[in-house]
Amino acid sequence: MELAELLAIGERERSSRRPVQINCCIAAGCLSAGSEAVQRSLNDSVKAAGLQERAQVCGVGCLRLCSRGPLVRIEPEGDLYERVTPEQAPGIVAALTGGHADAQRGDPDSPFFRRQVSVVLENCGRIEPERIESYIAAGGYQALFRALHEMTPTQVIDAVSRSGLRGRGGAGYPTGVKWSMVAKAPGPRKFVVCNADEGDPGAFMNRSELESDPHRVLEGMAIAGYAVGAEQGYVYIRGEYPQAIHRLQVALRQANRLGLLGGHVFDSPFAFRIDLRIGAGAFVCGEETALMASIEGRRGTPRPRPPYPAEAGLWGCPTLINNVETFANIPGIIRRGPEWFAAFGTEKSKGTKVFSLTGKVRHAGLVEVPMGTTLRTIVEEIGGGSADGTPIKAVQTGGPSGGCIPAWLFDTPVDYESLTQLGSIMGSGGLIVMDEQTSMVDVARFYMEFCMDESCGKCVPCRAGTVQLHRLLTKIIQRRAQADDLRRLEELCDLVRHASLCGLGQTAPNPVLSTLRYFRHEYEALLARPEV
Amino acid sequence: MARLKLATLWLGGCSGCHMSFLDMDDWLIELAGQVDLVYSPLADVKEYPENVDVALVEGAIANDDNLHLIRVVRQRTRTLVSFGDCAVTGNVTALRNPLGLAREVLDRSYLDPGNYRPQLPCEPGIVPVLLDRVQPVHAVVPVDFYLPGCPPPAARIRKVLEALIAGRTPMLDQSDLKFG
Amino acid sequence: MPVKTLTINGQLVSAREGETILEAARDAGIRIPTLCYLPGLSAHGGCRLCLVEISGSSRLQPACVTKVVEGMEVQTHTERLNAYRRMIVELLFAEGNHVCGVCVANGNCELQDLAAEVGMDHDRFEYLHPNRGLDASHDRFGIDHNRCVLCTRCVRVCDEVEGAHTWDVAGRGANSRVITDLNQPWGESATCTSCGKCFLACPTGAIFRQGSTVAETVRDRSKLEFLVRAREERQWHV
Repeated sequence: MELAELLAIGERERSSRRPVQINCCIAAGCLSAGSEAVQRSLNDSVKAAGLQERAQVCGVGCLRLCSRGPLVRIEPEGDLYERVTPEQAPGIVAALTGGHADAQRGDPDSPFFRRQVSVVLENCGRIEPERIESYIAAGGYQALFRALHEMTPTQVIDAVSRSGLRGRGGAGYPTGVKWSMVAKAPGPRKFVVCNADEGDPGAFMNRSELESDPHRVLEGMAIAGYAVGAEQGYVYIRGEYPQAIHRLQVALRQANRLGLLGGHVFDSPFAFRIDLRIGAGAFVCGEETALMASIEGRRGTPRPRPPYPAEAGLWGCPTLINNVETFANIPGIIRRGPEWFAAFGTEKSKGTKVFSLTGKVRHAGLVEVPMGTTLRTIVEEIGGGSADGTPIKAVQTGGPSGGCIPAWLFDTPVDYESLTQLGSIMGSGGLIVMDEQTSMVDVARFYMEFCMDESCGKCVPCRAGTVQLHRLLTKIIQRRAQADDLRRLEELCDLVRHASLCGLGQTAPNPVLSTLRYFRHEYEALLARPEV
Repeated sequence: MARLKLATLWLGGCSGCHMSFLDMDDWLIELAGQVDLVYSPLADVKEYPENVDVALVEGAIANDDNLHLIRVVRQRTRTLVSFGDCAVTGNVTALRNPLGLAREVLDRSYLDPGNYRPQLPCEPGIVPVLLDRVQPVHAVVPVDFYLPGCPPPAARIRKVLEALIAGRTPMLDQSDLKFG
Repeated sequence: MPVKTLTINGQLVSAREGETILEAARDAGIRIPTLCYLPGLSAHGGCRLCLVEISGSSRLQPACVTKVVEGMEVQTHTERLNAYRRMIVELLFAEGNHVCGVCVANGNCELQDLAAEVGMDHDRFEYLHPNRGLDASHDRFGIDHNRCVLCTRCVRVCDEVEGAHTWDVAGRGANSRVITDLNQPWGESATCTSCGKCFLACPTGAIFRQGSTVAETVRDRSKLEFLVRAREERQWHV
């Protein structure tokens, strides 16, 4: 494969396109709402109306406003239809020629769409995820070509460093630094791993990214492989994401067939093979050392770090592990340059962040905003406030490792440092909105139950500590607890946080600590009066 | 100075701690000279008195009698000592907890063995009702001092009593903290 | 071999390069509490009792896996660490069914000793009283899961010293259990060589010798150390 061939594929794809695209969302959210039948019905309607030459139906990735699925969007006009049923398909097609559509119309210019910026999701909802031609027509794999033929590995790493990209898995470690550590680590074999074991309750960013634009992640991984000197990559993806797994498999097959992965990528000496490893349902396998143990075929439990994966990862070899979204950012940075990327975001947090906005919010779905956007913008403008007008109380970020941020701090800009300062974390991008009816102690217990169930059991503070924390929270909720129990709760949070072996345990108390920090009165109100 | 009012109690336990107490041998005579034993299974007193200085509580909280008594004891006692492993941890008395709640434990003990005409003991007012879970004393009322051991050796008991009589806070070093 | 100097609790200590803080402390006569650690086996890092404070690092580090560094300043018994250790031991006692008075390991139990060492006079956490069961199907040995602290010494000694890998861990979190083979009864295990190393390694009364009294349940750990030394350093003259 040479660049000319790649460009020719893109050109062919563009010129074969009909003037009108009827984009039907086939990401998991809309699929579960029945979009497959809608897509079929749309196809039939186009045929029935004899419009095959004018319009085509495309199954595209996430159209973002998941709470209103199945979604259909007409390009290039931009008309949006919500909660579409198969019966409404003929109407939608008829509307293309001036007829009447009985489907519910959405507002493509509403703040939900207008306030978003697409960097990672630039192809999401625009291309057909199961067709590599569609990705290539959108400029796909040009970044990989450029990296291989116009840049040295050091220049690639330099570009990533200059972009200011930080890990999107939650911790925000500078990606360029991580890459150069792996590149410099001595070793005959190195590995690149994509962490797609997204497990936070309410988080579906990575799933949507993979379902909507899988090639982008593969391209990012290949560029990383070239930069750090790895010939083998793994995507570790949770088994609960069958659609994303399927699309990755399709994408891998296509990329291998075109010589964009495998031996001699783009006819260069660079070889890069990617395999899938499917998780069996343990949340802890999202922790990098447990993830590696699982890839190696061992029990998925973490081990103490150091050594970090960059020194000794898979089978003891230097290993680069990044999140799905981190890799998805790479092609854009290489194609458009680090300066373009760094123009988004804040001083310390560059680029954009994808969130899955859920909970008691009017517009729930997939959201991409520049770093530094305030929570208020996300929750109130993009999310449209609460679904039924009840005042919003807090938003939970970062899943079980994160915390609850109260409404009075909604002017906080979303970046790594600000959220950490508030006792929460950026996390991988789950954002759950809670209204006044939500008990924050219940919320804390929910997350503690999650951590208790998901603790691997290796270290005592996490295994036994989360059980005791859960019991203490239950005791408080059942109004059996006294001031002494609240003190014990705090002491135990301190232990679990500082003595646990891995991130799961170390962050498990965060939902409790953050709700104690901002909603202590809710805990105190539940305390029983001391027995006389 | 008024003599110290000492009580000892026997809740859900085997009375081994009291046997160990008696193992203090001739020091008991000295003790008798320094304290008034106001309530004890070793003394025939029906009602737990007011204003007790020190109570050694043997045994876990296993039935409603234990529960009632320990609350009274807590109200009327200055220094409450969890005396022995059953009081401190639940120990042997709590071995029934993994079997389930009171009913399951009773079934297992009285019905499952299937002797001639098996029946559950039920004499309200005479046979105390089992609690669903055996608990250590400190899970029910605040405890001032813990004296572990199954049973605590006589020397350990003496060390604690000497300190309490002298008005000091007892200090147990590592060798005296041992369970079992 | 390069030598490193560091201070532990203000005391100047020398150590070989590549040694752990735990080894350096032992050589210097400073005891750091451990439970999952056993000389001769790979480090596990799970019990968290050997966590120490290192100047300049905000994170506590397990002494059993942390290598010495020149000029390192280590604190092993600060108030905070002591409080953590007591809580960890309390968590262990509350999690299983550890009834010292009727345990075959009474007097020979590392958990019992730890409770005394960390000053645990009672357990502030609620006892869970799980019903974890017991496997006495093996002719010579038995395992009472109620007394297991999941240190995985048995798993490691069986794999790393005996080479049988009969033991492993199943389940997760509070439901974790050590199992033999693919969770078959121990007595039916096809891989168990009945060597008894798991019994020697077990810190509590979880793995016991059938028919042994309390007085007979003394574990001679030096046997394990001897085997490891013989294999790794080729020294077998006692």
